[in-house]
Amino acid sequence: MHILPNYSMSEAALLKIDSLSCIRDARILFEHLSLSLYGGQMLLVEGHNGSGKTSLLRILTGLKMADEGHIYWHDTAISEQGSDYYERVSYVGHGYGIKRDLTCLENLRLVQAMGNPSMIDPGDALEQVNLYCYGNTPVSNLSAGQRRRLSLVRLIAIKADLWILDEPYASLDKVSMVLFQSMFEAHLKRGGIIVMTSHHDIEMPSVDLIRLDLSARRI
Amino acid sequence: MKRYSLTQAFFYLLQRDLTLSFRNRAEFVNPLLFFILVITLFPLAIGAEAALLSRIAPGIIWVAALLAVMLSLDSIFRSDFDDGSLEQLLLSAHPMPVLVLAKVTAHWFVTGLPLLLISPLLVMMLGMPSEVLGTLLLTILISTPILSLIGSIGAALTVGLPKGGMILSLLILPLYVPVLIFTSSAIEGASGGLDVSAQLYMLLSFFFFRCLYHHLRLHRRLRLA
Repeated sequence: MHILPNYSMSEAALLKIDSLSCIRDARILFEHLSLSLYGGQMLLVEGHNGSGKTSLLRILTGLKMADEGHIYWHDTAISEQGSDYYERVSYVGHGYGIKRDLTCLENLRLVQAMGNPSMIDPGDALEQVNLYCYGNTPVSNLSAGQRRRLSLVRLIAIKADLWILDEPYASLDKVSMVLFQSMFEAHLKRGGIIVMTSHHDIEMPSVDLIRLDLSARRI
Repeated sequence: MKRYSLTQAFFYLLQRDLTLSFRNRAEFVNPLLFFILVITLFPLAIGAEAALLSRIAPGIIWVAALLAVMLSLDSIFRSDFDDGSLEQLLLSAHPMPVLVLAKVTAHWFVTGLPLLLISPLLVMMLGMPSEVLGTLLLTILISTPILSLIGSIGAALTVGLPKGGMILSLLILPLYVPVLIFTSSAIEGASGGLDVSAQLYMLLSFFFFRCLYHHLRLHRRLRLA
């Protein structure tokens, strides 16, 4: 069991995980998981396949119920906040959340229509991830890496404090990895929080990185 | 960029679903073709006896409409579930019940509405008396949204199952029975020259009740899936 260090912070913890447990098919994925994340911190969830990384992320988004424990956002349980919490969260999961039959621009406009849009114009947002010339291309014609990039554009297209990313680097090339890494750093510098899983080696020396290894916690 | 109001978000999602259906035409052409085919099978199976056909025509049309709607139900949430769009809708800044209602409305536009438009033709084919036509169209107009609303509950419950189609039919068909009873009663009354406003009001009240119920319940089921 994790004991939280009892140090005083001038600012309240933004995201607090309190004694979280997840059980799947009578198998304990993790239990009594507690930690706090403050603005500017990044949590990297590690562990082998099936260790519960995606489950943890989905619990954090509120899409999945934890078997035990609570998650607090600014000291209020997320189960009580409903859509107030969802407005603060951007989640990019295994499903890309983009429609194959729509073009890149149409997908992006939809993202902005459904969320709390940032100031950025959809065309500019695409340019930032090097997809500008694919604006009117249906997603079904894009490669896996391009789709991944398009799914990650939602991070700059809508305003959110907490980014929850499941394997954001999957099928990205080196250039794009660097691109998104700098995007993540900028978000942390603004005081945002990132929770992500990755099988890649993450080297971000300038970032306050917390590593959580779910396989190591297993007894 | 300004944040979308609730109404704008509703219409944006409705427009998205309609665009997707038009790009993927099988989605709305298949149920319609199915509807026409089932109806044309009846004269072939029971013979072209005009009196008998015109007597059972409303029943044929309604059972075929139920089955056609049923066939299309699984598609309401399936593709969104598969590509992760449904998760994003659940995490949307707008209330989920409104977004679901937009999706159900889109479903009605691509299934209920084509059935409504093609029915006059099929009614003539079956030799139904023309004074019943108005009532029949009215019942289809009121009832197909009810079918979409009820069906979407089943679709939401079964979307998490890999092969939900069969269980979806078993879940939903019994719930369609009241609609069927009131529509056939209305049509029977109309062909006897009676006043059928009672049945139509009943159907309308079904519709409003379903809208309300929907509003309260459906998004929870989606969250469970």
